[in-house]
Amino acid sequence: MKIVVYGPGCARCHETERVVRHVVEQLGLSPEVQKVTDFRAMAEAGVVATPAVSIDGVLKIAGRIPKSDEVREWLTAS
Amino acid sequence: MLWVGLYAVLQRLAVWLTYGAAGLERGTRLASAVEFFVFEAPKVLLLLVLVVFGVGIVRSFFTPERTRRVLAGRSESVGNVLAALLGIVTPFCSCSAVPLFIGFVTAGVPLGVTFSFLVSAPMVNEVALVLLFGLFGWKVAAIYASTGVLIAVVSGWTIGRLRLERYVEDWVFTTRPAGAGVVEAPLDWATRIEAGWQAMSEIVSKVWPYVLAGIAVGAAIHGYVPENFMASIMGKSAWWSVPLAVVIGIPMYSNAAGIIPVVQALLGKGAALGTVLAFMMAVIGLSLPETIILRRVLKPTLIAVFVGVVGTGILIVGYLFNVLF
Repeated sequence: MKIVVYGPGCARCHETERVVRHVVEQLGLSPEVQKVTDFRAMAEAGVVATPAVSIDGVLKIAGRIPKSDEVREWLTAS
Repeated sequence: MLWVGLYAVLQRLAVWLTYGAAGLERGTRLASAVEFFVFEAPKVLLLLVLVVFGVGIVRSFFTPERTRRVLAGRSESVGNVLAALLGIVTPFCSCSAVPLFIGFVTAGVPLGVTFSFLVSAPMVNEVALVLLFGLFGWKVAAIYASTGVLIAVVSGWTIGRLRLERYVEDWVFTTRPAGAGVVEAPLDWATRIEAGWQAMSEIVSKVWPYVLAGIAVGAAIHGYVPENFMASIMGKSAWWSVPLAVVIGIPMYSNAAGIIPVVQALLGKGAALGTVLAFMMAVIGLSLPETIILRRVLKPTLIAVFVGVVGTGILIVGYLFNVLF
């Protein structure tokens, strides 16, 4: 499993990364968590609003900070 | 309920605190400044909480993806107007400006239409709008909103006519975005209210120091700067005051909530409405951090045209209002 957090480095993006990493740790999973700050890579992934999160190449959220429950749902559903 | 009760007793509470509790003498400069601060600070903060919560809920109905779908393939004039209006309600922060720009342009939204959105999104600010309404009444608020939209439409249209596509960084047009962005299930009301709540705690916790600083400056001007002092340097007769206000305002960056108490104090001391409006729009509509981040996708020429065209628009609005009012 590969999780990507997209964000140029604003406070909301850091918060998103923190939430994702926290949930991953809670669930005891060990996926690859990557932070992407490059605008071109963001555009190629179809990200229009930051912060955004994708799991295995599928965008799950864009433009707001996810709640822990949402992240947990994405991770346990797949 | 608590909100309504608090709001209703503010004026009396402020008078009591200033003259009763602190024992300041009526008519002194200090007392006048303190009363201004003690009354305005909670009033503005209360308004802010209510408005940001409401706007947070409204914004949960709009996403950048949806706005992009509406704008893609529009003809220019209609597109400019739509983009300027959607810029008001679509959630947007300056750190999202670049991905949004690329997302719009690669989806076939014309460059000028994209700029109409990018101008109106920060300029017609919901916090500013309601603070203006609360402090000056609906006329000033309406003037601000309609001229903001007008500037966004005309600037975007102008940039579109100038055919500046070659001044966008080349890699932007060769980027092939995957998919249509995120597809979220429709939100239920509990989530929308929570979104409003989240927006409120986030924005209010971020802007309250600016608001208080702004009101403190306002209070100092209110108490200590003589009546009509501003009239000579920011009044109608001083033709150079509008361009000066714009030039000073562009590099300045303040949250809309922080600049309005200053605006209020300046107006109260005889500054002309157009000059003050131009200053405010330059501060919140054009900011140094945003132009720096846009440099990643725009060549310097286009940045300069962007700042120039929008600045000119603000200038014209400033003069117009000084003539009309």
